[in-house]
Amino acid sequence: MAIVVNRPKLTFAEKCYLPAIFAGLAITWKHLKRALFNKGIVTMQYPEEKWDANLPDWYRGAPTLVVDENGREKCVSCQLCEFICPPRAITIKPMEIPENDKWRKVEKRPEEFDIDMARCIYCGLCEEVCPEEAIFLRKDYSITGLNRAEMVHDKKTLYKLGGVMKGLTFKWNELK
Amino acid sequence: MDTALILHFLTTPLVFLIWTTFLKTFILLNVVLGVVSVTVFAERKVSAFIQDRTGPNRVGIPMTLLGGKKDIPLWGLGQMIADPVKLLTKENFVPAGVNKFFFWLAPKLVLLPPLLVLAVLPFGSSLFGVEMTIANINVGVLFIFAVTSLSVYGITIAGWASNSKFPFIGGIRSSSQMISYELSLGLSIIPIFMVCGTLNINEIVDWQIKNGWLVAPYWPHGFSLDQLLHPKDLIHSLIAGVSLERFLLWIPMMVSFVIFLVSIFAETNRLPFDLPEAEQELVGGYHTEYSSMNFASFFLGEYAAMFAGSGAIVSIFLGGWSLPIIPDGSHGWVWGLVNIGAWFAKVSVILLFMIWIRWTLPRFRYDQLMKLGWLGFFPIALFNIFLTAIILAVVHH
Repeated sequence: MAIVVNRPKLTFAEKCYLPAIFAGLAITWKHLKRALFNKGIVTMQYPEEKWDANLPDWYRGAPTLVVDENGREKCVSCQLCEFICPPRAITIKPMEIPENDKWRKVEKRPEEFDIDMARCIYCGLCEEVCPEEAIFLRKDYSITGLNRAEMVHDKKTLYKLGGVMKGLTFKWNELK
Repeated sequence: MDTALILHFLTTPLVFLIWTTFLKTFILLNVVLGVVSVTVFAERKVSAFIQDRTGPNRVGIPMTLLGGKKDIPLWGLGQMIADPVKLLTKENFVPAGVNKFFFWLAPKLVLLPPLLVLAVLPFGSSLFGVEMTIANINVGVLFIFAVTSLSVYGITIAGWASNSKFPFIGGIRSSSQMISYELSLGLSIIPIFMVCGTLNINEIVDWQIKNGWLVAPYWPHGFSLDQLLHPKDLIHSLIAGVSLERFLLWIPMMVSFVIFLVSIFAETNRLPFDLPEAEQELVGGYHTEYSSMNFASFFLGEYAAMFAGSGAIVSIFLGGWSLPIIPDGSHGWVWGLVNIGAWFAKVSVILLFMIWIRWTLPRFRYDQLMKLGWLGFFPIALFNIFLTAIILAVVHH
């Protein structure tokens, strides 16, 4: 059944618009006056002011590689992240660790590890799939470059962004 | 030829009239187009402030381009230049299937009428004995009506020539809106003719200098700079300013003023009457298919129309270039400049008011717009004429 909505009975003042127009003008004038004295403006001046301090811990920014507290690259080049990456942004070239290396029993590490940030969709699947807890999405979100080549993060950049990650698994620790 | 002969030639009445008119036209045109740019910037800034934003505040002097370390933002004033430059350097895209001739003609037709209106507006008293009106014609107000009605052709032709649905609806809406508001615009002016007894805008301004602005009922009679030194004369002129006729006439004058103001809003397609562009319903209205300089012409035309409309309001209702006490240009060129400044200041106030209204009121629905025009303003304006006539008849006899 149709619902009949009764129109409100308007007084003469309401019908001739004018009081409502003046009330509206008063409100906008209040905002204008406040903004003229630089108060009440909600705009954040982006490059100078940032929201970074308020980013949550689970924020998914740029994927990065980390080293453990002993300085070992945690990535073992299993290439799971390369396989799971939906936009195929990750390219890994594995290499054998030489016999005389301190971490020779780890067997493999990446020779090259590229993440194309022009392709990355920040889904975080690489972080989830990594068995070695080597790849993490950090809080960097302002990834820029002047061409496609600049948008590719190589191994060096990834480690620089990632830094050291402490207090996780230690299965390759010499002391164990 | 020696200089004395050239000077003599330049000061022969006809030659003098011709070259001063050209000079005035040139200067006024440039000033007004500059003011349009400032108005666009003011619109963006005021709208931002009303909505608690900062608005454009980056584009200033690009010192980094000149080898400096830091740009000088200058409160974003560079935006006034950046906006037109952006529009000028864009691709001027003409869609397939448009009627090319009319498609190119329409923007010019929109830009032309507001600039023509400026010809009859007295934007100052006189400077070095030259009257600060480009064309002081006896049918000034009628000329304004005749010319402003022409701008609807530009919009309608733009809508039709675009060969696209939404612009077409925009053009149609514009023409019906203009017809409904043109009527009350014209009728609201008739009481002013009855009171001032002239169609010449310069004479209307003169009448207002003697008897007070049409929206101000009380005016000290014969108020001038010298009187401030003689308190006795001052009191005398203050008492002489009280007149029952003026107070009674103030009612119809205010009604006329409100109707005229609202109709100018509708004429210039400003919110709350911007039905022809209504970006939420009609994409962009009549200028949807336009880009680059053609679009800029519409933009320029709209703001020039705002300026011309404000100029008409100021000249007819707010005393034109006159301010109380301030003498006119015949007392020295400084006063002439002050008068011009006063006119531009008054116009700026009206322009700011238009911007303020735009960011306060929502758009009217189309049937509400028509109802307001035909059932609201049209009868009120008619009644207003009779009211003025009765007041004039009763008070005079």
